[in-house]
Amino acid sequence: MNLTLKIWRQANAAAKGNMETYPISDVSPDMSFLEMMDVLNEELMVKGIDPVAFDHDCREGICGMCSMFINGEAHGPDRLVTTCQLHMRKFNDGDTITIEPFRANAFPVIKDLTVDRSAFDRIQQAGGFVSVNTSGNTQDANSIPIDKHDADKAFDAATCIGCGACVASCKNASAMLFVSAKVSQYALLPQGKIEATDRVLNMVKQMDDEGFGNCTNTGACEVECPKGISLENIARMNREYYSASIEG
Amino acid sequence: MSESLRNDGRIWVPKKLEDAKAIREGNLKPTDLAEEDRDYYLERRYPAFGNLVPRDVASRAAKERCDAGFGVNRTGEAVYLDFAAAVIRYGKEQAHIKGLNEEDEVLVKNLGQEVVRSKYGNLFQMYEKIVDQNPYETPMMIYPAVHYTMGGVWVDYNLMTSIPGCFAIGEANFSDHGANRLGASALMQGLADGYFVLPYTMGDYLSDDIRTGTIPIDSSEFEAAEKDVKDQLDAFINNKGIHSVDYYHRKLGKIMWDKCGMSRNEKGLKDAMLEIKALREDFYKNVNVPGSQNEFNEQLAKAGRVADFLELGELFAKDALERTESCGGHFREESQTPEGEALRDDENFTFVSAWEYNGEPADAVLRKEELKYEEIEVKTRSYK
Repeated sequence: MNLTLKIWRQANAAAKGNMETYPISDVSPDMSFLEMMDVLNEELMVKGIDPVAFDHDCREGICGMCSMFINGEAHGPDRLVTTCQLHMRKFNDGDTITIEPFRANAFPVIKDLTVDRSAFDRIQQAGGFVSVNTSGNTQDANSIPIDKHDADKAFDAATCIGCGACVASCKNASAMLFVSAKVSQYALLPQGKIEATDRVLNMVKQMDDEGFGNCTNTGACEVECPKGISLENIARMNREYYSASIEG
Repeated sequence: MSESLRNDGRIWVPKKLEDAKAIREGNLKPTDLAEEDRDYYLERRYPAFGNLVPRDVASRAAKERCDAGFGVNRTGEAVYLDFAAAVIRYGKEQAHIKGLNEEDEVLVKNLGQEVVRSKYGNLFQMYEKIVDQNPYETPMMIYPAVHYTMGGVWVDYNLMTSIPGCFAIGEANFSDHGANRLGASALMQGLADGYFVLPYTMGDYLSDDIRTGTIPIDSSEFEAAEKDVKDQLDAFINNKGIHSVDYYHRKLGKIMWDKCGMSRNEKGLKDAMLEIKALREDFYKNVNVPGSQNEFNEQLAKAGRVADFLELGELFAKDALERTESCGGHFREESQTPEGEALRDDENFTFVSAWEYNGEPADAVLRKEELKYEEIEVKTRSYK
């Protein structure tokens, strides 16, 4: 396959960025999108051009590092995949592919296609945990029976990999889907009940402080989420938030 | 693919070489091959454990079949992982539970696929995206690959390294999981070390230092360490060589895969040590790291890591050369039973090899840590 890539280049957070065009030839349809980017970078370096910086780590769809806004969609045109799981067979010979970073005020560009998503870490640190004493008297998890439906829903919420596709896809750059998945994963389980009030209040406050936008229920996040996190989580978080506000 | 799939999948290659060839060339579909023409080689070789033998045994068996010409993909490096039997088994079970007709093939298949989907759906989806084939309808093609490395940083009982105050936890150290990564416990050691060990041992270490003030950075040790790092960064950036960092990483990977991988021998390991040393020298002479130091520079970060790999890789080969027995994932071709199974040498090798850093990997000094078994008798397991 021969392709034309239009890629956002930006030297650093303060620099003004612009789109650059690079042709690439002999792309195998079996390559992942990131492998195609590796090949491009090899070629750029041979020509003395600075390689394109992009986020990546596990390359098997579980770490949440790879970002990229491809042809106007987070993680590209395929559904329920991260960019590393997107393969070139989803494109056609001769295509022009536009590649941009995830854009949001709360996700400043570090360089080219890499963005700083540490705002998510700070939201997690505000409440995305349960406090358990590991001093030796830890209760066996299996001694608390949990309804299979609740366990499944908690598990589904916990599959969120924190990639930020929800933020990048949202016209308001809202982080509601991410935060609600993290809140739900604990809200559905007895282990999470003890700290439930503080958790949701603190996480939502941190989300607002980081500068994420509000939710207007457009649902773009759910469509683009590589893990299929459901909008139902946002409803659950709102409910948690209201009851916490009354209690709090 | 995740090993959990072996719980229900059956592994096979064609029995006849001509069938394997036809499959490789795309003239035969695996689903068209009759049951009697399939070689479920793990079930054949290890009837007691079948497809659930440990991953080192399963990996070597896959390599053995592929090396013998029975591989089933274009490169000849793949065996089948087949869920057809599991789908029928689960489907019949579900039909029975629900009081439906167990002889209805379509119904049984649908019910069975539903069970498989609920157990392994995420892994099947992953496979489908990579290979572009539906693993519910056709067997998956799998082959062993490098996943983690075994071994790690030496630590004492408190998980402190040979540098006082520097602790190494999780798979980075050599103690449990890092020692022999053949079980399914990827997070175990990180959690155990982090939750249960470090809170006590690190606090204990720090208790002696509670009144120690800020440690000055104008000491000669600090300056020497800082200079080392700066010199390496300067050298990479100013080198302006001809090959990318990835070029060296790939070359190193190929040497390790061919000569220090699933199957090793004396000649290969000796060659590997020399080749890696030569590659390392070439790396420092000819590597090209673009950009500058004071920016987000992925190539520079990668250069530092590959520099470490080029040392560690040679040490791996040296360690594998020294240990002339076969043990776990370490298979020395010189040390095998007549049936091709790993043959241990407990008399001479019941110890952990800790290598003392001495500059060049070839000069590393072996410090044996004897393994003493008090409560159990050391035996060789048989999966036959």
